Amino acid sequence: MPEATEGTATLPAAEEQAVPKSQGRSDGAKPRSLWSDAWRDLRRNPLFVASAVLILLLLVMTAFPSLFTDASPRDGNLQGAFLKDPEYGKVFSAEWLGYDGQGRSIWARLVYGARASVIVGVVVTAAVTLFGGLVGMLAGYFGGWLDSLLSRLTDIFAGIPFLLGAMVVLTSFDVRSVWVVSAALVFLGWTQIARVMRGSVISCKQADYVVAAKALGAGTGRILLRHILPNAVAPVIVVATIALGGYISAEATLSYLGIGLADPVVSWGIDVSAGKDQLRNAPHVLLFPALMVSITVLAFIMLGDAVRNALDPKLR
Amino acid sequence: MTDKNAKKVPLLEVRDLHVEFHTRDGVAKAVNGVNYSVDSGETLAVLGESGSGKSVTAQAIMGILDMPPGKIPQGEILFRGEDMLKMSAEERRKIRGAKIAMIFQDALSSLNPVLSVGYQLGEMFRVHKGMSKKEAKAKAIELMDRVRIPAAKERVNDYPHQFSGGMRQRIMIAMALALEPDLIIADEPTTALDVTVQAQVMDLLAELQREYNMGLILITHDLGVVADVADKIAVMYAGRIVETAPVHELYKRPAHPYSRGLLDSIPRLDQKGQELYAIKGLPPNLLNIPAGCAFNPRCPMAQDTCRTDVPVLHQVTERDGDVLAGRGSACHFWKETIHG
Amino acid sequence: MAETGKKDEAVGEATPHVTEVVSSDASTTAEVEAVLDAPVERGEPILQVRNLVKHFPLNQGILFKRQVGAVKAVDDISFDLYQGETLGIVGESGCGKSTVARLLMTLETATSGEVFYKGEDITKLSGRALKAVRRNIQMVFQDPYTSLNPRMTVGDIIGEPFEIHPEVAPKGDRRKRVQELLDVVGLNPEYVNRYPHQFSGGQRQRIGIARGLALNPEIIVCDEPVSALDVSVQAQVINLMGKLQDEFNLSYIFIAHDLSIVRHISDRVGVMYLGKMAEIGTDAQIYEHPTHPYTQALLSAVPVPDPEAREGRERIILTGDVPSPANPPSGCRFRTRCWKAQDKCAEELPVLAIPEVFKGKDTPAAHDSACHFAEEKRVVPAA
Repeated sequence: MPEATEGTATLPAAEEQAVPKSQGRSDGAKPRSLWSDAWRDLRRNPLFVASAVLILLLLVMTAFPSLFTDASPRDGNLQGAFLKDPEYGKVFSAEWLGYDGQGRSIWARLVYGARASVIVGVVVTAAVTLFGGLVGMLAGYFGGWLDSLLSRLTDIFAGIPFLLGAMVVLTSFDVRSVWVVSAALVFLGWTQIARVMRGSVISCKQADYVVAAKALGAGTGRILLRHILPNAVAPVIVVATIALGGYISAEATLSYLGIGLADPVVSWGIDVSAGKDQLRNAPHVLLFPALMVSITVLAFIMLGDAVRNALDPKLR
Repeated sequence: MTDKNAKKVPLLEVRDLHVEFHTRDGVAKAVNGVNYSVDSGETLAVLGESGSGKSVTAQAIMGILDMPPGKIPQGEILFRGEDMLKMSAEERRKIRGAKIAMIFQDALSSLNPVLSVGYQLGEMFRVHKGMSKKEAKAKAIELMDRVRIPAAKERVNDYPHQFSGGMRQRIMIAMALALEPDLIIADEPTTALDVTVQAQVMDLLAELQREYNMGLILITHDLGVVADVADKIAVMYAGRIVETAPVHELYKRPAHPYSRGLLDSIPRLDQKGQELYAIKGLPPNLLNIPAGCAFNPRCPMAQDTCRTDVPVLHQVTERDGDVLAGRGSACHFWKETIHG
Repeated sequence: MAETGKKDEAVGEATPHVTEVVSSDASTTAEVEAVLDAPVERGEPILQVRNLVKHFPLNQGILFKRQVGAVKAVDDISFDLYQGETLGIVGESGCGKSTVARLLMTLETATSGEVFYKGEDITKLSGRALKAVRRNIQMVFQDPYTSLNPRMTVGDIIGEPFEIHPEVAPKGDRRKRVQELLDVVGLNPEYVNRYPHQFSGGQRQRIGIARGLALNPEIIVCDEPVSALDVSVQAQVINLMGKLQDEFNLSYIFIAHDLSIVRHISDRVGVMYLGKMAEIGTDAQIYEHPTHPYTQALLSAVPVPDPEAREGRERIILTGDVPSPANPPSGCRFRTRCWKAQDKCAEELPVLAIPEVFKGKDTPAAHDSACHFAEEKRVVPAA
């Protein structure tokens, strides 16, 4: 059975060890893990660069909003600035994107609103990846009754309509902080990762290198952590990256519906909701927060796509 | 045969074919100037290891090369004297399947799993010959009989997974034969089969080839498989033909160090317990084919010329200069190789 | 028979211990029921496989699973392996040879039967005792592309055995040991920090062999170790394995479908068909004096790359395909494809023993063969 292609970056043969190392191919001379290969790919991918720059900007905004604006997102000036039109020439100033129905700078609210979105997105993704990943890994690796049990549990949670479920959960809380909203999203969102992880683990556990580790006498912990997890995690990372955007838009949706975050928390979803009443005479009030949600979600989906392309062995 | 002046046009002739693939790591030169020809009723075996370009050449002939990343920068593929590379896509499509058919290594993935075997066989007749469903099915049964599938009538509605590996490969052969093509290209047709089934399938293929007087290009990495059925053989290495010869002569007296190394590395009975002869080193990296003769880093006879000059395919002669028909060797030192 | 005797001498000259086996066969004719030939010169076998069975249950139903049958992958197999020898196991796909490998590695639990390693039944072991035995029985896999973890460096892959069995090499020593192993298998010791995908198929298989050697095992089970490699690289790996066997006094179980390679490397050969051992004997007995029709067909079907050598030989082309191991034929498994089959073959399971006709005869054909109508037939040209 001939292999389709020999490795493209093979090293000089053992028999030719006498050949000085410097004569080997330059890129073959240093160790390259799949991750570093993927990173090399990513850096050349304009899609990745664009999304990474956007996301980086967003993260900085979250950490240091005062770098982007001097205005406060909560100080309203109803007399002077009620629904004031944007002044596009004054880039990054309080007036840049105009004022909302309570006379607050929209630019400032966009900058400060990033925090809620990013925190919800990151916290939910992290929790979902940990919990869903664990469930999926256990179900996939051990199989049998544990798999049946966990898989049915996953099915049950996956069967709950996401928005409806979140509404039901959230209405039972009086104070809906960023953390409460995140918890609700985790509660309903972990199933997707669990399924991806389970499938990925099942395909990895049949691989010869896992059999080889067993033949050496390796224990379950070693097999899971050293052999299966590093190989099974790639599709999970892709799904989680794309899902992160989804959680941000879910938060915005819930806040828009009035059952997610609420004043005084600054959130794009709340602003979209507030803007809908003045859509005809002041469309910018709704437009900019909505645009911000879209750009953010798009950035994460693009990132996920780029990561998928870099990690997918079929494309390399 | 009466008109001796008319130059005979071979059924298929490949002239100076080059194929390259543009990959992330650079340009992989898979085929670097291949020449060969096949006549009706003749079997050409193309022997080579992975990466030798043997399958890529076949794909280029069939017109099923993925382009991009593949590219044919140079060369001609003449079918009955006409260059297929200059034909329109429509003209090529008419040749594919009807005039030139291909048999692949993996029959299971070449057959559509959701359609019955009879339907897939009949499709050829419905699409190319406009037969009715009923006629096509009758034809399918006839073909299955031809390739000796037992109880063809009962099995015509079965699906590919219900057949064993050997039977599936027979179905692939039946499909290739359906439109009575002039040329069949078989790419490792028996590699995926068990030894005892390999012989059955190979015999069937050889028999049908005689019966229909087709040309057959047999692509393989296995020196043993081709010995019985091939008339002539072309050994490929790094996208070039390094040796051509009538099949028996190659085995008896190889004229290229690579073919000789391959033959020597097969375990022989009188060598038991000893080291096998092994060609040193690794198959070439197509992104970075060695200068001069591509085989030079692995060749026991390599001299300075081998590292600088690409050898052409020399006509091989006897010691006294008698031309050995059909024999060529792309080695600067072919004389030393064959005459010792 | 005169001719056979002569041939045997010829073989005996080339490999002295083959004659020993043959003569011991002749001297132990009293033990007519002996399933296996056990030459006294070799002492106790290092591995004894007795009546090994592995059935994979076929289940139906989603909630309440019930067994509707079983794939009889390995069905009552016995053989011995001696110190320093190579036992080849050949057979076509689905014959159970790879399952045998996994059973010997205790990667699968045997349905019944025993595998004795130095007198201890390893199929019953678990935990610490099993881990200790695993040190001594290691494996080389078929596919060098999937048997190495792509996320680990070569140093980590070869060093992992030491992490699992820390008693073999103290921590400070491990890197040096890994580099020694790389050197032993013919790879540059500086390659420790590289990843498997930077190597070619042949080089990866060397890495796999180095991993198998790390714990200084006594037995290495090789499951088609060269069949995924290019022809020109196969010989390199076979030579390496031969060299290592001499150097470390290893015993190999060499599973393959390529009969010429098995012959080259094996001292004894077992032929499997549909989960059963059809015939077992020394390489000369199997290749030059086969008595089981399946062995004969298998040998005659081997493509011989020398068109002249094959002109005189008889080719046996079997009809049909291998039956499914889920539903094997009654009696002799091979009878559905056998040209000699009679009613007896469907009714009575032939036992693996020296056939009645050869009992007490001083001929290399007198070796274990599971056929009611065993007769010698030479299909491969003699050496």
